[in-house]
Amino acid sequence: MALLKLQSLSVAHGDLDLVSDVSFDVHAGERVGIIGESGSGKSLTALAIAGLLGEELRSRGSVHFDGEELIGASERHLSRLRGDRIAMIFQEPMTALTPTKRVGVQIGETLRIHRGVGRRASQIAAVELLGRVEFSDPQRYARMYPHELSGGQRQRVMIALAIAGDPDLILADEPTTALDVTVQRKILELLDRLVREENCALVLIAHDLAVVSTICDRVVTMYGGRVVETGSVADIIDHPRHPYTAALLATSSAIAVDVESRGTVLPSIPGSVPSAGHFPGGCPFRDRCSSATSACLEFPLMESGSHRVACWHPLDENSERGSR
Amino acid sequence: MSGSELQLVGVSKTYPSPGWGRDEVAALTDVSLDVVRGQSLGIVGESGSGKSTLARLLLALEQPSAGRVLFRDEQISGRAERDLRLFRRSVQIVFQDPMSSLDPRMKIHDILAEPLRALGVEVDEAERVRSLLESVELPPSAAKRCAFQFSGGQRQRIAIARALGPSPSVLIADEAVSALDVSVRAQILNLLSSLVTDFDLTLVFISHDMAVIRHLCDAVAVLYRGSIVETGLTSDVFRSPREAYTQELLAAIPRIRAGRGRD
Repeated sequence: MALLKLQSLSVAHGDLDLVSDVSFDVHAGERVGIIGESGSGKSLTALAIAGLLGEELRSRGSVHFDGEELIGASERHLSRLRGDRIAMIFQEPMTALTPTKRVGVQIGETLRIHRGVGRRASQIAAVELLGRVEFSDPQRYARMYPHELSGGQRQRVMIALAIAGDPDLILADEPTTALDVTVQRKILELLDRLVREENCALVLIAHDLAVVSTICDRVVTMYGGRVVETGSVADIIDHPRHPYTAALLATSSAIAVDVESRGTVLPSIPGSVPSAGHFPGGCPFRDRCSSATSACLEFPLMESGSHRVACWHPLDENSERGSR
Repeated sequence: MSGSELQLVGVSKTYPSPGWGRDEVAALTDVSLDVVRGQSLGIVGESGSGKSTLARLLLALEQPSAGRVLFRDEQISGRAERDLRLFRRSVQIVFQDPMSSLDPRMKIHDILAEPLRALGVEVDEAERVRSLLESVELPPSAAKRCAFQFSGGQRQRIAIARALGPSPSVLIADEAVSALDVSVRAQILNLLSSLVTDFDLTLVFISHDMAVIRHLCDAVAVLYRGSIVETGLTSDVFRSPREAYTQELLAAIPRIRAGRGRD
Protein backbone atom coordinates (compact mmCIF):
# COMPACT_ATOMS: atom_id res chain seq x y z
CA MET A 1 0.00 0.00 0.00
CA ALA A 2 1.19 3.47 -0.78
CA LEU A 3 2.51 5.62 2.06
CA LEU A 4 1.36 8.74 0.23
CA LYS A 5 -1.40 8.77 -2.35
CA LEU A 6 -2.35 11.92 -4.26
CA GLN A 7 -5.62 11.74 -6.13
CA SER A 8 -6.80 14.59 -8.34
CA LEU A 9 -4.99 17.13 -6.21
CA SER A 10 -5.58 20.69 -7.37
CA VAL A 11 -4.32 23.95 -5.92
CA ALA A 12 -6.19 27.13 -6.78
CA HIS A 13 -5.66 30.84 -6.27
CA GLY A 14 -9.18 32.22 -6.53
CA ASP A 15 -10.62 30.77 -9.74
CA LEU A 16 -7.23 29.97 -11.19
CA ASP A 17 -5.92 26.42 -10.89
CA LEU A 18 -2.15 26.49 -10.45
CA VAL A 19 -1.98 22.73 -9.95
CA SER A 20 -4.58 20.55 -11.69
CA ASP A 21 -5.59 17.00 -11.11
CA VAL A 22 -2.28 15.64 -9.84
CA SER A 23 -2.25 11.95 -8.96
CA PHE A 24 0.70 9.78 -7.97
CA ASP A 25 1.76 7.40 -5.23
CA VAL A 26 4.85 7.22 -3.05
CA HIS A 27 5.55 3.93 -1.33
CA ALA A 28 7.36 3.51 1.97
CA GLY A 29 11.09 3.96 1.46
CA GLU A 30 10.64 5.01 -2.16
CA ARG A 31 12.32 8.05 -3.72
CA VAL A 32 10.26 10.02 -6.19
CA GLY A 33 11.68 12.99 -8.09
CA ILE A 34 9.40 15.71 -9.43
CA ILE A 35 10.94 17.50 -12.39
CA GLY A 36 9.71 20.52 -14.28
CA GLU A 37 10.56 24.13 -14.98
CA SER A 38 9.40 27.27 -13.20
CA GLY A 39 5.62 27.47 -13.01
CA SER A 40 5.14 23.71 -13.40
CA GLY A 41 3.49 23.50 -9.98
CA LYS A 42 6.04 21.17 -8.39
CA SER A 43 6.70 23.30 -5.29
CA LEU A 44 2.98 23.94 -4.75
CA THR A 45 2.37 20.20 -4.92
CA ALA A 46 4.91 19.66 -2.13
CA LEU A 47 3.46 22.48 -0.04
CA ALA A 48 -0.04 21.05 -0.52
CA ILE A 49 1.16 17.64 0.73
CA ALA A 50 2.64 19.28 3.84
CA GLY A 51 -0.43 21.49 4.37
CA LEU A 52 1.70 24.63 4.06
CA LEU A 53 -0.12 26.45 1.27
CA GLY A 54 -1.05 29.52 3.31
CA GLU A 55 -4.19 31.63 3.29
CA GLU A 56 -4.36 32.60 -0.38
CA LEU A 57 -4.34 29.11 -1.83
CA ARG A 58 -6.90 26.33 -1.65
CA SER A 59 -6.36 22.65 -2.29
CA ARG A 60 -8.95 20.15 -3.53
CA GLY A 61 -8.84 16.44 -4.18
CA SER A 62 -7.11 14.00 -1.92
CA VAL A 63 -3.77 13.69 -0.12
CA HIS A 64 -3.83 10.34 1.63
CA PHE A 65 -0.94 9.77 4.02
CA ASP A 66 -0.64 6.39 5.70
CA GLY A 67 -4.38 5.83 5.62
CA GLU A 68 -5.56 9.30 6.65
CA GLU A 69 -6.83 12.20 4.60
CA LEU A 70 -4.78 15.37 5.03
CA ILE A 71 -6.90 17.78 3.00
CA GLY A 72 -9.28 19.35 5.46
CA ALA A 73 -7.34 18.05 8.48
CA SER A 74 -6.94 20.53 11.35
CA GLU A 75 -3.88 22.77 11.41
CA ARG A 76 -3.05 21.40 14.85
CA HIS A 77 -3.01 17.86 13.53
CA LEU A 78 -1.00 18.80 10.44
CA SER A 79 1.54 20.67 12.50
CA ARG A 80 2.04 17.60 14.68
CA LEU A 81 2.39 15.42 11.59
CA ARG A 82 4.95 17.76 10.00
CA GLY A 83 7.48 17.27 12.74
CA ASP A 84 6.75 13.64 13.53
CA ARG A 85 6.21 11.98 10.20
CA ILE A 86 6.64 14.43 7.34
CA ALA A 87 9.71 16.67 7.16
CA MET A 88 10.51 19.41 4.68
CA ILE A 89 13.82 20.70 3.35
CA PHE A 90 13.81 23.96 1.39
CA GLN A 91 16.17 25.53 -1.13
CA GLU A 92 17.24 28.35 1.16
CA PRO A 93 17.78 27.05 4.70
CA MET A 94 18.41 30.56 6.05
CA THR A 95 14.69 31.31 5.74
CA ALA A 96 13.73 28.08 7.49
CA LEU A 97 16.11 28.37 10.45
CA THR A 98 15.55 30.74 13.35
CA PRO A 99 18.37 33.31 13.06
CA THR A 100 18.56 34.12 16.78
CA LYS A 101 18.88 30.57 18.09
CA ARG A 102 21.98 28.39 18.22
CA VAL A 103 21.58 25.43 15.88
CA GLY A 104 21.96 22.90 18.70
CA VAL A 105 19.09 24.57 20.56
CA GLN A 106 16.86 24.49 17.47
CA ILE A 107 17.48 20.80 16.89
CA GLY A 108 17.01 20.13 20.61
CA GLU A 109 13.59 21.83 20.56
CA THR A 110 12.45 19.66 17.68
CA LEU A 111 13.57 16.57 19.58
CA ARG A 112 11.74 17.66 22.75
CA ILE A 113 8.50 18.47 20.93
CA HIS A 114 8.40 15.51 18.59
CA ARG A 115 10.23 12.78 20.45
CA GLY A 116 9.40 13.81 23.99
CA VAL A 117 12.98 13.68 25.25
CA GLY A 118 14.13 15.81 28.18
CA ARG A 119 16.21 18.99 28.00
CA ARG A 120 19.59 17.45 28.81
CA ALA A 121 19.01 14.41 26.62
CA SER A 122 17.84 16.60 23.72
CA GLN A 123 21.09 18.59 23.78
CA ILE A 124 23.15 15.43 23.67
CA ALA A 125 20.99 14.03 20.86
CA ALA A 126 21.27 17.30 18.92
CA VAL A 127 25.06 17.07 18.95
CA GLU A 128 24.81 13.47 17.88
CA LEU A 129 22.55 14.46 14.97
CA LEU A 130 25.04 17.13 13.88
CA GLY A 131 27.64 14.37 13.83
CA ARG A 132 25.39 12.26 11.63
CA VAL A 133 25.15 15.06 9.08
CA GLU A 134 28.94 15.06 9.03
CA PHE A 135 30.00 18.05 11.09
CA SER A 136 33.52 17.15 12.15
CA ASP A 137 33.26 19.02 15.47
CA PRO A 138 29.53 18.81 16.29
CA GLN A 139 29.96 20.20 19.84
CA ARG A 140 31.36 23.42 18.47
CA TYR A 141 28.81 23.76 15.64
CA ALA A 142 25.90 23.16 18.05
CA ARG A 143 26.82 26.48 19.70
CA MET A 144 26.83 28.44 16.44
CA TYR A 145 24.12 30.63 14.96
CA PRO A 146 22.84 30.02 11.41
CA HIS A 147 24.54 33.15 10.03
CA GLU A 148 27.94 31.80 11.12
CA LEU A 149 27.55 28.81 8.81
CA SER A 150 28.08 28.43 5.06
CA GLY A 151 25.19 27.57 2.75
CA GLY A 152 26.17 23.91 2.64
CA GLN A 153 26.53 23.74 6.44
CA ARG A 154 23.11 25.33 6.89
CA GLN A 155 21.60 22.76 4.54
CA ARG A 156 23.16 20.02 6.67
CA VAL A 157 21.54 21.56 9.75
CA MET A 158 18.21 21.51 7.86
CA ILE A 159 18.71 17.81 7.11
CA ALA A 160 19.52 17.16 10.79
CA LEU A 161 16.28 18.94 11.73
CA ALA A 162 14.38 16.92 9.12
CA ILE A 163 15.55 13.56 10.49
CA ALA A 164 15.25 14.68 14.13
CA GLY A 165 11.55 13.75 14.21
CA ASP A 166 12.23 10.32 12.67
CA PRO A 167 9.99 11.00 9.66
CA ASP A 168 8.45 8.51 7.22
CA LEU A 169 8.55 11.04 4.41
CA ILE A 170 10.97 13.84 3.55
CA LEU A 171 9.87 16.51 1.06
CA ALA A 172 12.96 18.25 -0.33
CA ASP A 173 12.35 21.27 -2.59
CA GLU A 174 15.46 22.09 -4.67
CA PRO A 175 17.70 21.34 -1.66
CA THR A 176 20.95 21.76 -3.60
CA THR A 177 20.05 24.35 -6.23
CA ALA A 178 21.66 27.26 -4.40
CA LEU A 179 24.85 25.35 -3.63
CA ASP A 180 28.17 24.96 -5.44
CA VAL A 181 28.54 21.66 -7.31
CA THR A 182 31.19 20.28 -4.97
CA VAL A 183 28.92 21.03 -2.00
CA GLN A 184 25.87 19.77 -3.87
CA ARG A 185 27.53 16.44 -4.37
CA LYS A 186 28.23 16.04 -0.65
CA ILE A 187 24.67 17.03 0.29
CA LEU A 188 23.17 14.58 -2.22
CA GLU A 189 25.39 11.78 -0.92
CA LEU A 190 24.38 12.63 2.63
CA LEU A 191 20.68 12.73 1.78
CA ASP A 192 21.00 9.44 -0.09
CA ARG A 193 22.68 7.75 2.88
CA LEU A 194 20.32 9.11 5.56
CA VAL A 195 17.17 8.29 3.60
CA ARG A 196 18.46 4.74 3.29
CA GLU A 197 19.48 4.48 6.96
CA GLU A 198 16.21 5.96 8.22
CA ASN A 199 14.25 3.92 5.66
CA CYS A 200 12.05 6.90 4.89
CA ALA A 201 10.47 7.93 1.61
CA LEU A 202 11.74 10.97 -0.30
CA VAL A 203 9.98 13.36 -2.63
CA LEU A 204 12.73 15.39 -4.29
CA ILE A 205 11.81 18.42 -6.34
CA ALA A 206 14.45 19.54 -8.80
CA HIS A 207 14.65 21.26 -12.15
CA ASP A 208 17.86 19.33 -12.81
CA LEU A 209 17.17 15.90 -14.32
CA ALA A 210 20.70 14.77 -13.48
CA VAL A 211 20.14 15.40 -9.76
CA VAL A 212 16.89 13.43 -9.80
CA SER A 213 18.37 10.58 -11.81
CA THR A 214 21.26 10.08 -9.38
CA ILE A 215 19.14 9.79 -6.25
CA CYS A 216 15.56 8.77 -7.15
CA ASP A 217 13.74 5.57 -8.14
CA ARG A 218 10.87 7.19 -9.98
CA VAL A 219 10.23 10.43 -11.82
CA VAL A 220 7.12 12.58 -12.11
CA THR A 221 7.30 15.17 -14.90
CA MET A 222 5.14 18.25 -14.39
CA TYR A 223 4.33 21.04 -16.81
CA GLY A 224 1.79 23.82 -16.45
CA GLY A 225 0.49 22.47 -13.14
CA ARG A 226 -0.15 18.98 -14.46
CA VAL A 227 1.56 15.63 -14.30
CA VAL A 228 2.38 14.78 -17.91
CA GLU A 229 4.44 11.63 -17.39
CA THR A 230 5.55 9.29 -14.64
CA GLY A 231 7.72 6.21 -14.63
CA SER A 232 10.89 4.65 -13.26
CA VAL A 233 14.09 6.63 -13.74
CA ALA A 234 15.14 4.11 -16.38
CA ASP A 235 11.77 4.45 -18.21
CA ILE A 236 11.98 8.21 -18.25
CA ILE A 237 15.66 8.51 -19.17
CA ASP A 238 15.78 5.73 -21.77
CA HIS A 239 12.25 5.88 -23.18
CA PRO A 240 10.55 9.20 -22.49
CA ARG A 241 7.08 9.18 -24.01
CA HIS A 242 5.80 12.70 -23.47
CA PRO A 243 7.23 15.17 -26.01
CA TYR A 244 7.99 17.60 -23.16
CA THR A 245 9.99 15.04 -21.15
CA ALA A 246 11.80 14.02 -24.33
CA ALA A 247 12.63 17.63 -25.22
CA LEU A 248 13.80 18.40 -21.68
CA LEU A 249 16.01 15.33 -21.76
CA ALA A 250 17.38 16.15 -25.21
CA THR A 251 18.36 19.68 -24.24
CA SER A 252 19.79 18.62 -20.85
CA SER A 253 21.81 15.80 -22.42
CA ALA A 254 23.19 18.06 -25.15
CA ILE A 255 24.67 20.58 -22.71
CA ALA A 256 26.48 18.06 -20.57
CA VAL A 257 29.98 18.20 -19.23
CA ASP A 258 31.02 14.92 -20.87
CA VAL A 259 29.68 15.90 -24.27
CA GLU A 260 31.78 17.62 -26.92
CA SER A 261 29.05 19.86 -28.33
CA ARG A 262 31.18 22.87 -29.29
CA GLY A 263 29.99 24.37 -32.56
CA THR A 264 26.74 22.44 -32.68
CA VAL A 265 23.26 23.92 -32.47
CA LEU A 266 21.64 22.74 -29.26
CA PRO A 267 18.18 21.20 -29.38
CA SER A 268 15.80 23.59 -27.68
CA ILE A 269 12.11 23.96 -27.02
CA PRO A 270 10.48 26.83 -28.93
CA GLY A 271 8.85 29.65 -27.00
CA SER A 272 9.08 30.03 -23.26
CA VAL A 273 7.36 28.77 -20.14
CA PRO A 274 4.25 30.93 -19.75
CA SER A 275 3.55 32.61 -16.43
CA ALA A 276 0.79 31.24 -14.19
CA GLY A 277 -2.63 31.58 -15.77
CA HIS A 278 -1.21 31.90 -19.30
CA PHE A 279 -0.80 28.22 -20.16
CA PRO A 280 -3.14 27.13 -22.97
CA GLY A 281 -6.18 25.05 -22.05
CA GLY A 282 -6.16 21.33 -22.73
CA CYS A 283 -2.60 20.07 -22.84
CA PRO A 284 -0.55 22.95 -21.35
CA PHE A 285 2.41 22.08 -23.61
CA ARG A 286 0.49 22.09 -26.89
CA ASP A 287 1.60 25.50 -28.18
CA ARG A 288 5.28 24.53 -27.80
CA CYS A 289 4.85 20.98 -29.08
CA SER A 290 5.61 19.90 -32.64
CA SER A 291 3.23 16.92 -32.39
CA ALA A 292 0.20 18.99 -31.32
CA THR A 293 -3.11 18.57 -33.14
CA SER A 294 -6.69 19.64 -32.44
CA ALA A 295 -7.02 16.61 -30.13
CA CYS A 296 -4.70 18.42 -27.71
CA LEU A 297 -7.41 20.99 -26.93
CA GLU A 298 -8.58 18.37 -24.41
CA PHE A 299 -6.21 17.24 -21.68
CA PRO A 300 -5.73 13.50 -22.25
CA LEU A 301 -6.47 10.97 -19.57
CA MET A 302 -3.46 9.34 -18.00
CA GLU A 303 -3.08 5.68 -18.93
CA SER A 304 -2.66 3.16 -16.16
CA GLY A 305 0.52 1.19 -15.49
CA SER A 306 3.90 1.97 -14.02
CA HIS A 307 5.03 4.14 -16.95
CA ARG A 308 2.17 6.53 -17.62
CA VAL A 309 1.87 9.43 -20.00
CA ALA A 310 -0.80 12.07 -20.55
CA CYS A 311 -0.45 12.72 -24.27
CA TRP A 312 -2.56 12.15 -27.39
CA HIS A 313 0.58 11.60 -29.44
CA PRO A 314 3.07 9.88 -27.17
CA LEU A 315 6.44 8.82 -28.48
CA ASP A 316 6.97 5.17 -29.20
CA GLU A 317 7.84 3.27 -26.05
CA ASN A 318 10.32 1.08 -27.87
CA SER A 319 12.33 3.92 -29.31
CA GLU A 320 15.49 5.07 -27.58
CA ARG A 321 15.55 8.56 -26.11
CA GLY A 322 12.25 9.52 -27.69
CA SER A 323 13.26 9.26 -31.34
CA ARG A 324 10.27 8.47 -33.51
CA MET B 1 44.21 38.80 -36.45
CA SER B 2 45.15 37.58 -33.02
CA GLY B 3 46.44 39.66 -30.13
CA SER B 4 44.95 40.65 -26.84
CA GLU B 5 41.72 42.47 -26.27
CA LEU B 6 42.01 42.44 -22.49
CA GLN B 7 44.82 41.42 -20.18
CA LEU B 8 45.24 41.13 -16.48
CA VAL B 9 48.89 41.32 -15.44
CA GLY B 10 49.62 40.17 -11.88
CA VAL B 11 46.35 41.56 -10.62
CA SER B 12 45.38 41.39 -6.96
CA LYS B 13 42.32 42.83 -5.35
CA THR B 14 41.79 43.19 -1.64
CA TYR B 15 38.83 44.63 0.22
CA PRO B 16 38.78 46.05 3.73
CA SER B 17 37.69 43.40 6.20
CA PRO B 18 34.05 43.58 7.23
CA GLY B 19 35.17 43.11 10.83
CA TRP B 20 36.92 45.75 12.91
CA GLY B 21 40.70 45.86 13.02
CA ARG B 22 41.16 42.64 11.10
CA ASP B 23 43.25 41.96 8.03
CA GLU B 24 42.09 42.75 4.55
CA VAL B 25 40.21 40.15 2.54
CA ALA B 26 41.93 39.05 -0.67
CA ALA B 27 39.38 38.52 -3.47
CA LEU B 28 42.00 37.93 -6.16
CA THR B 29 45.67 37.12 -5.79
CA ASP B 30 48.23 37.63 -8.55
CA VAL B 31 45.94 36.81 -11.44
CA SER B 32 47.28 37.00 -14.99
CA LEU B 33 44.88 36.40 -17.83
CA ASP B 34 44.93 37.00 -21.56
CA VAL B 35 41.66 37.51 -23.41
CA VAL B 36 42.73 36.75 -26.97
CA ARG B 37 40.96 38.57 -29.80
CA GLY B 38 38.32 36.40 -31.45
CA GLN B 39 38.46 33.76 -28.75
CA SER B 40 35.68 32.67 -26.42
CA LEU B 41 37.14 32.39 -22.95
CA GLY B 42 35.28 30.71 -20.12
CA ILE B 43 36.00 31.61 -16.52
CA VAL B 44 34.69 28.99 -14.14
CA GLY B 45 34.60 29.04 -10.37
CA GLU B 46 32.39 28.41 -7.38
CA SER B 47 31.01 31.03 -5.03
CA GLY B 48 33.77 33.05 -3.39
CA SER B 49 36.26 32.19 -6.12
CA GLY B 50 36.55 35.82 -7.23
CA LYS B 51 34.56 35.55 -10.49
CA SER B 52 32.52 38.69 -9.93
CA THR B 53 35.54 40.71 -8.83
CA LEU B 54 37.32 39.59 -11.98
CA ALA B 55 34.38 40.74 -14.11
CA ARG B 56 34.35 44.17 -12.45
CA LEU B 57 38.09 44.56 -13.03
CA LEU B 58 37.77 43.58 -16.70
CA LEU B 59 35.05 46.23 -17.03
CA ALA B 60 37.18 48.83 -15.20
CA LEU B 61 34.39 49.26 -12.68
CA GLU B 62 36.98 48.65 -9.99
CA GLN B 63 40.67 49.31 -9.66
CA PRO B 64 43.14 46.54 -8.88
CA SER B 65 45.01 46.76 -5.57
CA ALA B 66 48.12 45.59 -7.41
CA GLY B 67 48.95 44.76 -11.01
CA ARG B 68 47.59 46.20 -14.25
CA VAL B 69 44.57 45.82 -16.53
CA LEU B 70 45.24 46.37 -20.25
CA PHE B 71 42.89 46.95 -23.17
CA ARG B 72 44.52 46.40 -26.57
CA ASP B 73 47.93 46.65 -24.90
CA GLU B 74 47.16 49.97 -23.22
CA GLN B 75 46.76 50.28 -19.50
CA ILE B 76 43.22 51.16 -18.43
CA SER B 77 43.55 50.64 -14.68
CA GLY B 78 44.12 53.91 -12.89
CA ARG B 79 43.01 56.01 -15.87
CA ALA B 80 40.42 58.79 -15.69
CA GLU B 81 36.93 58.00 -16.96
CA ARG B 82 37.29 60.50 -19.83
CA ASP B 83 40.19 58.44 -21.22
CA LEU B 84 38.04 55.30 -21.36
CA ARG B 85 35.51 56.26 -24.06
CA LEU B 86 36.72 53.78 -26.68
CA PHE B 87 37.04 51.10 -23.99
CA ARG B 88 33.49 51.70 -22.72
CA ARG B 89 32.07 51.28 -26.22
CA SER B 90 34.17 48.24 -26.97
CA VAL B 91 33.57 46.17 -23.84
CA GLN B 92 29.97 45.41 -22.91
CA ILE B 93 28.33 43.14 -20.35
CA VAL B 94 25.29 40.90 -19.95
CA PHE B 95 24.32 40.11 -16.37
CA GLN B 96 22.75 37.02 -14.81
CA ASP B 97 19.32 38.21 -13.92
CA PRO B 98 17.42 40.01 -16.67
CA MET B 99 14.60 40.60 -14.19
CA SER B 100 16.74 42.99 -12.17
CA SER B 101 19.15 44.30 -14.80
CA LEU B 102 16.36 45.87 -16.88
CA ASP B 103 14.05 48.59 -15.56
CA PRO B 104 10.66 46.82 -15.76
CA ARG B 105 8.71 49.94 -16.70
CA MET B 106 11.09 51.27 -19.32
CA LYS B 107 10.19 50.95 -23.01
CA ILE B 108 12.48 48.53 -24.87
CA HIS B 109 13.30 51.31 -27.34
CA ASP B 110 14.73 53.41 -24.50
CA ILE B 111 16.52 50.47 -22.90
CA LEU B 112 18.35 49.89 -26.19
CA ALA B 113 18.86 53.58 -27.07
CA GLU B 114 20.14 54.70 -23.66
CA PRO B 115 23.67 53.31 -23.94
CA LEU B 116 23.95 54.72 -27.49
CA ARG B 117 23.14 58.21 -26.18
CA ALA B 118 25.32 57.88 -23.10
CA LEU B 119 28.32 56.73 -25.12
CA GLY B 120 27.73 59.27 -27.88
CA VAL B 121 27.26 56.67 -30.62
CA GLU B 122 25.95 58.58 -33.64
CA VAL B 123 23.36 56.44 -35.38
CA ASP B 124 19.76 56.55 -36.57
CA GLU B 125 18.25 55.46 -33.26
CA ALA B 126 15.04 53.86 -34.58
CA GLU B 127 16.91 51.99 -37.29
CA ARG B 128 19.57 50.82 -34.85
CA VAL B 129 16.95 49.59 -32.34
CA ARG B 130 15.16 47.68 -35.10
CA SER B 131 18.34 45.95 -36.24
CA LEU B 132 19.38 45.14 -32.67
CA LEU B 133 16.00 43.50 -32.03
CA GLU B 134 16.35 41.58 -35.26
CA SER B 135 19.78 40.28 -34.29
CA VAL B 136 18.34 38.81 -31.07
CA GLU B 137 15.33 37.43 -32.98
CA LEU B 138 12.69 39.73 -31.50
CA PRO B 139 10.06 41.49 -33.65
CA PRO B 140 10.33 45.27 -34.27
CA SER B 141 7.06 45.72 -32.35
CA ALA B 142 8.92 44.77 -29.15
CA ALA B 143 10.43 48.28 -29.08
CA LYS B 144 7.13 49.81 -27.97
CA ARG B 145 6.57 47.45 -25.07
CA CYS B 146 7.95 47.51 -21.53
CA ALA B 147 10.43 45.06 -20.03
CA PHE B 148 7.93 43.57 -17.57
CA GLN B 149 5.83 42.31 -20.49
CA PHE B 150 8.54 39.86 -21.53
CA SER B 151 9.52 36.42 -20.23
CA GLY B 152 12.90 35.73 -18.63
CA GLY B 153 14.37 34.40 -21.88
CA GLN B 154 13.07 37.34 -23.91
CA ARG B 155 14.46 39.78 -21.35
CA GLN B 156 17.85 38.14 -21.65
CA ARG B 157 17.59 38.67 -25.43
CA ILE B 158 16.88 42.36 -24.73
CA ALA B 159 19.87 42.56 -22.36
CA ILE B 160 22.06 41.05 -25.09
CA ALA B 161 20.69 43.53 -27.65
CA ARG B 162 21.48 46.40 -25.29
CA ALA B 163 25.04 45.15 -24.90
CA LEU B 164 25.45 44.88 -28.69
CA GLY B 165 24.21 48.46 -29.21
CA PRO B 166 27.55 50.28 -29.15
CA SER B 167 29.07 47.61 -31.50
CA PRO B 168 31.47 46.20 -28.91
CA SER B 169 34.35 43.92 -29.79
CA VAL B 170 34.23 42.19 -26.40
CA LEU B 171 31.14 40.80 -24.73
CA ILE B 172 31.39 39.81 -21.08
CA ALA B 173 28.62 37.51 -19.88
CA ASP B 174 28.35 37.04 -16.12
CA GLU B 175 26.25 33.92 -15.39
CA ALA B 176 24.11 35.04 -18.33
CA VAL B 177 22.11 31.81 -18.66
CA SER B 178 22.12 30.65 -15.02
CA ALA B 179 18.70 32.05 -14.09
CA LEU B 180 16.93 30.66 -17.16
CA ASP B 181 14.72 27.61 -17.46
CA VAL B 182 16.40 24.61 -19.06
CA SER B 183 14.22 24.77 -22.17
CA VAL B 184 15.06 28.43 -22.73
CA ARG B 185 18.75 28.20 -21.85
CA ALA B 186 19.55 26.29 -25.05
CA GLN B 187 17.89 29.02 -27.16
CA ILE B 188 20.01 31.74 -25.54
CA LEU B 189 23.20 29.66 -25.89
CA ASN B 190 22.45 29.09 -29.58
CA LEU B 191 21.84 32.83 -29.98
CA LEU B 192 25.12 33.72 -28.23
CA SER B 193 27.05 31.27 -30.42
CA SER B 194 25.71 32.77 -33.62
CA LEU B 195 26.20 36.37 -32.44
CA VAL B 196 29.83 35.64 -31.57
CA THR B 197 30.34 34.45 -35.15
CA ASP B 198 28.20 37.09 -36.92
CA PHE B 199 29.64 40.08 -35.04
CA ASP B 200 33.16 38.71 -34.69
CA LEU B 201 32.95 39.04 -30.92
CA THR B 202 35.47 38.14 -28.31
CA LEU B 203 33.50 36.48 -25.52
CA VAL B 204 34.33 36.27 -21.84
CA PHE B 205 31.83 33.86 -20.37
CA ILE B 206 31.87 33.77 -16.58
CA SER B 207 29.95 30.89 -15.03
CA HIS B 208 29.81 28.22 -12.37
CA ASP B 209 28.50 25.83 -15.02
CA MET B 210 31.25 23.70 -16.57
CA ALA B 211 28.93 22.09 -19.13
CA VAL B 212 27.89 25.44 -20.58
CA ILE B 213 31.51 26.59 -20.75
CA ARG B 214 32.54 23.43 -22.57
CA HIS B 215 29.80 24.04 -25.12
CA LEU B 216 30.50 27.70 -25.70
CA CYS B 217 34.20 28.40 -25.14
CA ASP B 218 37.53 27.79 -26.88
CA ALA B 219 39.55 28.22 -23.71
CA VAL B 220 38.88 28.07 -20.00
CA ALA B 221 40.43 29.47 -16.84
CA VAL B 222 39.56 27.76 -13.55
CA LEU B 223 39.36 30.13 -10.61
CA TYR B 224 39.70 28.87 -7.05
CA ARG B 225 39.86 31.08 -3.97
CA GLY B 226 41.06 34.09 -5.91
CA SER B 227 43.70 32.37 -8.02
CA ILE B 228 43.70 30.81 -11.45
CA VAL B 229 44.59 27.17 -10.82
CA GLU B 230 44.34 25.88 -14.38
CA THR B 231 44.00 27.35 -17.82
CA GLY B 232 44.00 25.86 -21.30
CA LEU B 233 41.92 24.96 -24.31
CA THR B 234 38.52 23.59 -23.30
CA SER B 235 39.15 20.46 -25.37
CA ASP B 236 42.26 19.71 -23.29
CA VAL B 237 41.05 20.79 -19.85
CA PHE B 238 37.78 18.84 -20.02
CA ARG B 239 39.38 15.70 -21.42
CA SER B 240 42.39 15.63 -19.12
CA PRO B 241 42.27 18.15 -16.30
CA ARG B 242 45.68 18.52 -14.67
CA GLU B 243 44.80 20.13 -11.36
CA ALA B 244 43.16 18.26 -8.50
CA TYR B 245 40.60 21.03 -8.05
CA THR B 246 39.51 20.94 -11.70
CA GLN B 247 39.22 17.16 -11.46
CA GLU B 248 37.10 17.48 -8.33
CA LEU B 249 34.87 20.08 -9.96
CA LEU B 250 34.30 17.91 -13.03
CA ALA B 251 33.66 14.79 -10.97
CA ALA B 252 31.12 16.56 -8.75
CA ILE B 253 28.75 17.46 -11.58
CA PRO B 254 25.73 15.14 -11.50
CA ARG B 255 25.25 13.08 -14.65
CA ILE B 256 21.96 11.90 -16.09
CA ARG B 257 21.83 8.21 -15.26
CA ALA B 258 19.25 5.61 -16.19
CA GLY B 259 18.76 4.46 -12.63
CA ARG B 260 20.25 4.39 -9.18
CA GLY B 261 23.02 1.83 -8.82
CA ARG B 262 23.38 1.45 -12.57
CA ASP B 263 25.76 3.33 -14.81
